[in-house]
Amino acid sequence: MKLNLKIWRQEGPNVKGKLVDYPLDGVDGDMSFLEMMDILNEELINKGDVPVEFDHDCREGICGSCNMMINGEPHGPQKLTTTCQLHMRKFNDGDTITIEPWRAKAFPVVKDLIVDRSAFDRIQQAGGYISVNTSGNTQDANATPIEKEKADEAFWSATCIGCGACVAACKNASAMLFTSAKISQYALLPQGELEATQRVEAMVRQMDEEGFGNCSNTGACMVECPKGIKLENIARMNREYLKAEVVG
Amino acid sequence: MAVLDSKVPEGPLEEKWVNHKNNINLVNPANKRNIDVIVVGTGLAGSSAAATLGELGYNVKTFCYNDSPRRAHSIAAQGGINAAKNYQGDGDSNYRLFYDTIKGGDYRSREANTYRLAEVSSNIIDQCVAQGVPFAREYGGLLDNRSFGGVLVSRTFYAAGQTGQQLLLGAYSALNRQINRGKVQPFNRHEMLDLVVVDGKARGIIARNLVTGEIERHGAHAVVIASGGYGNVFFLSTNAMGSNVMAAWRTHRRGAFFANPCYTQIHPTCIPVSGEHQSKLTLMSESLRNDGRIWVPKKKEDAEAIRAGKLKGVNIPEEDRDYYLERRYPAFGNLVPRDVASRAAKERCDAGYGVNKTGQAVYLDFEAAFKRYGKVEALTRGHKNASEEEMIKLGKEVIKKKYGNLFDMYQNISDDNPYEVPMKIFPAVHYTMGGLWVDYNLQTTIPGCFAAGEANFSDHGANRLGASALMQGLADGYFVLPYTIGDYLANEIRTGEISTDTPEFEQAEKDTKERIEKLMNASGKHSVDYYHKKLGLIMWNKCGMSRNATDLQKAMDEISELRADFWANVRVTGSADTKNQELEKAGRVADFLELGELFAKDALDRNESCGGHFREEYQTPEGEALRDDENYDYVAAWEYNENPRDAKLHKEELVFENVELKTRSYK
Ligand SMILES: Cc1cc2nc3c(=O)[nH]c(=O)nc-3n(C[C@H](O)[C@H](O)[C@H](O)COP(=O)(O)OP(=O)(O)OC[C@H]3O[C@@H](n4cnc5c(N)ncnc54)[C@H](O)[C@@H]3O)c2cc1C
Ligand code: SF4
Ligand code: FES
Repeated sequence: MKLNLKIWRQEGPNVKGKLVDYPLDGVDGDMSFLEMMDILNEELINKGDVPVEFDHDCREGICGSCNMMINGEPHGPQKLTTTCQLHMRKFNDGDTITIEPWRAKAFPVVKDLIVDRSAFDRIQQAGGYISVNTSGNTQDANATPIEKEKADEAFWSATCIGCGACVAACKNASAMLFTSAKISQYALLPQGELEATQRVEAMVRQMDEEGFGNCSNTGACMVECPKGIKLENIARMNREYLKAEVVG
Repeated sequence: MAVLDSKVPEGPLEEKWVNHKNNINLVNPANKRNIDVIVVGTGLAGSSAAATLGELGYNVKTFCYNDSPRRAHSIAAQGGINAAKNYQGDGDSNYRLFYDTIKGGDYRSREANTYRLAEVSSNIIDQCVAQGVPFAREYGGLLDNRSFGGVLVSRTFYAAGQTGQQLLLGAYSALNRQINRGKVQPFNRHEMLDLVVVDGKARGIIARNLVTGEIERHGAHAVVIASGGYGNVFFLSTNAMGSNVMAAWRTHRRGAFFANPCYTQIHPTCIPVSGEHQSKLTLMSESLRNDGRIWVPKKKEDAEAIRAGKLKGVNIPEEDRDYYLERRYPAFGNLVPRDVASRAAKERCDAGYGVNKTGQAVYLDFEAAFKRYGKVEALTRGHKNASEEEMIKLGKEVIKKKYGNLFDMYQNISDDNPYEVPMKIFPAVHYTMGGLWVDYNLQTTIPGCFAAGEANFSDHGANRLGASALMQGLADGYFVLPYTIGDYLANEIRTGEISTDTPEFEQAEKDTKERIEKLMNASGKHSVDYYHKKLGLIMWNKCGMSRNATDLQKAMDEISELRADFWANVRVTGSADTKNQELEKAGRVADFLELGELFAKDALDRNESCGGHFREEYQTPEGEALRDDENYDYVAAWEYNENPRDAKLHKEELVFENVELKTRSYK
């Protein structure tokens, strides 16, 4: 099929960017969206132009690298799908597709479609862990049984891939869904309970310092999250935070 | 260096590691503060090593090309991680895990390393659970297990189909804790381009900041290479797109030996290649083989009709299906090891029984499982007279709970609904057992330079059983390297800070810059991918699932020609002082073009079939691999010598004192 791509080009963080038109022919329905971008880049290179930079790595929907706004939606039109798992059969011959980077103050543009998401790392570094030594002297793994339902819930919260679509989808650029998923994982497990208070305070503080906005309960984050991370996590985080305030 | 000293400790197998730990040198805590360690790579091996070294008190710098350590390729591992816990009471033990791994690797790995791996495997699970890794649990609250190819016990721990993700996030959280404490300094979006060796010891690296293009010098008392495997030399593989051999290869160029480059694991259950545009191949977890049955039509006419689109797999009656794994290997059936399953699929497809357009696919069928589970489910729910249709419906629900995400992924990519029609699968390049040669302490042949995880060669031999790479990465990083590196660093406490203002750093930086300039200034005829794809085809066709001397010789010649063409004619767009993915790729492909030739040379040199290395000239009348223990029971460690074809072979003879070398049979 034939497509008309409008792609955000920006040379660097301090340079102004703009949308540029790229007509592209020979796109096949079996291609993933990123493979379509590969063909475009191959064409650009053959013409002596500079290819479009975008982040990607696993191409299996799990590393969270690939990130782009496709027609105004993070990761494009298909629900519960990362860009690398979106296939061109979801588009029609002759479509115009607009491709832009995540837009949020806390995610500055690095180049073209690549943004800097290291703020997520810093939120985790502030306390998104259990303080256990990596000595190999921990108790036997089966010493503390965990209710299956709880373990499963912790697991589902832990499946967040850190892509940032929630931030990009939110009109306030809030990082609540991401942060709450991490907080939930640990809050649900007995191993994580001891530090729960410090953890939630530290992570929320860091989240605010990074310049993410506040949550106004619109729920766009959940709609666009490729991993189906639930809003309940935000409620749990708020409860944990309140508890911490009362205790703390 | 003439003789390879594996430094395997004396004493009985079960006591080697404990004794070794008791005898190696320790570094006083106050001195650790004055010692710097560089860790290249933040996958399972690198993150766990860096976190532990930081916790011990060393100053650690980590490097990765990803924007966050959490995105390392380890994140993609699906199936699970082995440990000899014997929670299921089905007879597992350290010895059995060790034995399965040695046998699975076709007796081409080092006994002592493999035993140590089995020994520390239990600690890994304890450690991860304490860190909050949410493994799957049973209703009683205890950890659940499943089984993988090549074994008869249930020893695989898992977190749905996302085990690697959860393990990596666990190691990443341990790393974050040390970053927060100031003990680890992360350098993300940084690529190691060279190793700096001073007076014969590794003293640092040259790295490129991938955002600004700056070339940086970093000094340290020791360098750990944990940069993963090189399966992407085939272009199409299950590896992440960025996986490459650069860090290991540049280390090799500086003197570290490269071991067994030709040992490649081909994974039997991947989604088949669909067209020219394809950039990577997707794995369907091996755990599917617990319930799926693999088959092709018995009659060639049926296979032809399927390929022509005139017949569908579901319409072929039971008696006309050839469940070839169950037929050939009754004891293990669909759960034979990967190399065996892959070769069997290729054999059937080569014989004309393939079931997709290209003839390069076999069926993975869940019909029997739908029925089996459905029957149990119906009975449990009290439907004593459920119809077959009802049972199948219930069975599908059970399968959905077990493998739902994998089924969805399959449908997304192939546009086929695997609940209605059997999946099509085909083997694809997955994992590389070869890598930097290391001794028992995980030290390469360059003192002060260590290698961990998939980047080293040590524990898997010629074939890796499923769920053991995650185990090895974490064993190396959490429990082995932090001890063994101390033995080396104990002699470094008087060295003082490593200056990067030395002629060696200057030279390495100069070499790096010249290399980049050369790439930027080539004539500009073809893109980097053009070369990478060409190399991949040579590798797959001539050094792939089966190999022969004529093709391997040809491959060496073709690769060396391609390499010359690359350096003269590659086109790298943009500039070197900004983010430039073409330049990044070019540097990596340049290294693949050298590694590929050494790979073929290694395969040519090994006149036997073992594990993932199948030489057509050496097979039994039934088509099974024919090993030659008399002449090839060694590790091939290659010394760099300008041109890959001139690399010098060193042999580490393998000594087996605890297992008897037998023909690997899964019949
Ligand atoms: C789809 C898939 C499924 C798998 N499933 C399983 C499974 O179920 N069980 C199992 O045991 N194994 C599995 N494996 C294998 C296993 O995941 C890998 O072998 C293992 O994760 C490798 O870990 P590692 O730490 O050695 O390297 P990686 O995770 O590959 O990490 C490499 C790191 O090195 C960095 N790096 C590389 N080069 C440079 C450089 N030049 N400069 C700076 N940084 C660099 C990267 O940024 C990255 O951080 C699977 C693999 C795949 C692809
Ligand atoms: S919560 Fe969802 S959208 Fe947000 S980072 Fe995690 S996976 Fe991405
Ligand atoms: S490339 Fe990894 S999630 Fe898309």
